Amino acid sequence: MASLKTSCRVLQTSRHLPVFNPRAFYRSYDRPQKGHEKVPSWTIEKHRDSPLNATRVESERLRHAAPTEFRYIFPEFLPHPDWKKRDRVAEKLQRRDMLRRRLVLDIPEFYVGSILGVTVADQHVPSKQSRFVGICIHRDGHGLRANFTLRNHIDGQGVEIKYDLYNPTLQNIEVLKLEKRLDEELFYLRDAPATHSTITFDRKPETLPLGATVPVNMKKIPLNPPPWTQRWEKREDLKGIDLPELPEKRMRKLSQIVKPWEKYDLMKEYRKNISEEEQNEIFKEVVQHHTRVEKKRHQERLKRMT
Amino acid sequence: MSAVARYFHSRAVTLGLCTRNNTRHFSTSLPLCELRHMSRVNVVDNSDLGKNAKTSGKPARIVHVYNKQGVARIGDKVLLALEKQKVKGIIVGCKQKQKHMIPKFDSNNVVLIDEEDTPMGSRINVPIPSVLRKKEELAKILAISSRFV
Repeated sequence: MASLKTSCRVLQTSRHLPVFNPRAFYRSYDRPQKGHEKVPSWTIEKHRDSPLNATRVESERLRHAAPTEFRYIFPEFLPHPDWKKRDRVAEKLQRRDMLRRRLVLDIPEFYVGSILGVTVADQHVPSKQSRFVGICIHRDGHGLRANFTLRNHIDGQGVEIKYDLYNPTLQNIEVLKLEKRLDEELFYLRDAPATHSTITFDRKPETLPLGATVPVNMKKIPLNPPPWTQRWEKREDLKGIDLPELPEKRMRKLSQIVKPWEKYDLMKEYRKNISEEEQNEIFKEVVQHHTRVEKKRHQERLKRMT
Repeated sequence: MSAVARYFHSRAVTLGLCTRNNTRHFSTSLPLCELRHMSRVNVVDNSDLGKNAKTSGKPARIVHVYNKQGVARIGDKVLLALEKQKVKGIIVGCKQKQKHMIPKFDSNNVVLIDEEDTPMGSRINVPIPSVLRKKEELAKILAISSRFV
C-alpha cells in the first residue's frame, strides 16, 4: 500500500516538472541572456580594420594562393562545372594520380593553337613508337579524362588525332611552337584551305625567351566556300574566321538563327565556371607539387651540367 | 494511340511541330557520318577503277557492309558499286568521330580488293591508321601503303 502511495506521489511530482519544449529551448539561444552581454560591434570592426590583422590575413592568402595563370596552364585540374557530374572524392583521388603522372612525364604548358609533337608507344610498329605532329585544335575533358586534339594535313588528307593527356602510353609531349589563337577551339580549320593546318614532321621547336608572355596569333583564317561541317556564319563568338561572301538567302535566314543575347547571359557564364575559392583550393595542391618538381628538375639539370 | 495522345499530336500538327505521319524534319545520318548502305566513299589507291571513279564524277557507293551492324568502321569490308560493277573494298579511314589515338580523316577512304583479298592498286596515296597494323588479314594492304599515322 505504501509503495502505491509513494508511486502516486512520484506521479504527482512528475506532473509539476517543466515539460521540455525544444522550440522554446532553441529560441532562448537567440535571445541575449543575462550576463552574456554582446561584444560591442565597434570592437569587432576595430579588430578587423587593424593593420596588424590585415597583414596577417594577406600573408596567409599569399602563402596558399596559386598564381592566376595556373587556371590556364593546368585547365584539366578544374572539375566539371555541372555539379550533378561532380564527385569530390573521385576528383581528389584523380588529382593525386595526375600529379603522380606529372612526376614521370613532363606535360608542358600549351594552348589551343600551339603546335605539338606527340610520341606514343605503339607495339605494332617495328620501332615500338609513333610520332604525330599537329596544331592543337581543341582541349577538352576534366581530371584524368583530359584530352587534346591535334590536326595536320598529310598527303592531301586532313588528319585529326585525339590524345588523352594522362594516357600511360604517351611517351613525350613536345611543344614546337607555343602560341594562342583568337578562339578556344579551331574546328573551323576543317573548312579552311589546307595550308592553314599543314605542319611538317621535321619542324624544329621554337623557344620563347624566359619569362615572356605567350604570344597570341591574331591571324584570321579565310574559310573555303560552303558546304561546311558547321554553319560558321552563325558563330558570332568566333573571332579568328574570315567568312567568304554568302548568298543573300543564307544571310537572310541567319537573322532567324542567331542568338545575339547569349553573350550577355550572366547565368550561362556563371554555370560554365568554377568559383575562385574552389579554384584556389584545387591549385593549392598543384602549387606545392609544382614547386617541388621544379626544384628537383633544376637540381637534375645542374647535375647534368657538372 | 490513346485519345489524349491523338489530341496532342493533332495540336502539334496544327502548330507545325511535326507532320501528319509523324516523320522528323531532320536527318541524323549526316552528322553521325556513318558508312551505311548507299553512302559515298573516296577510293584512295591507284587502281584504274578507283581513278575512273574519281574522274567520272560518280563516286563509289557502298552496296553492302560485311558485318552484323550494317555500319562500316575502320578495317571493315564493304561491297561497292562503281563503274556499273560490284567490287569489294576495305575502309581505311573514316570521317566519323573516333576513339582516342585513332585518326579521324576529312574523307571516307576505301581501298579496292579482289576476291582473294589482294589490293587492286599498287600504291595507297593517303596515310593509313596505325591501328590497322594488328589486323593480319590486311597485311597485303599495309604492304602497299606509303605512310602510317
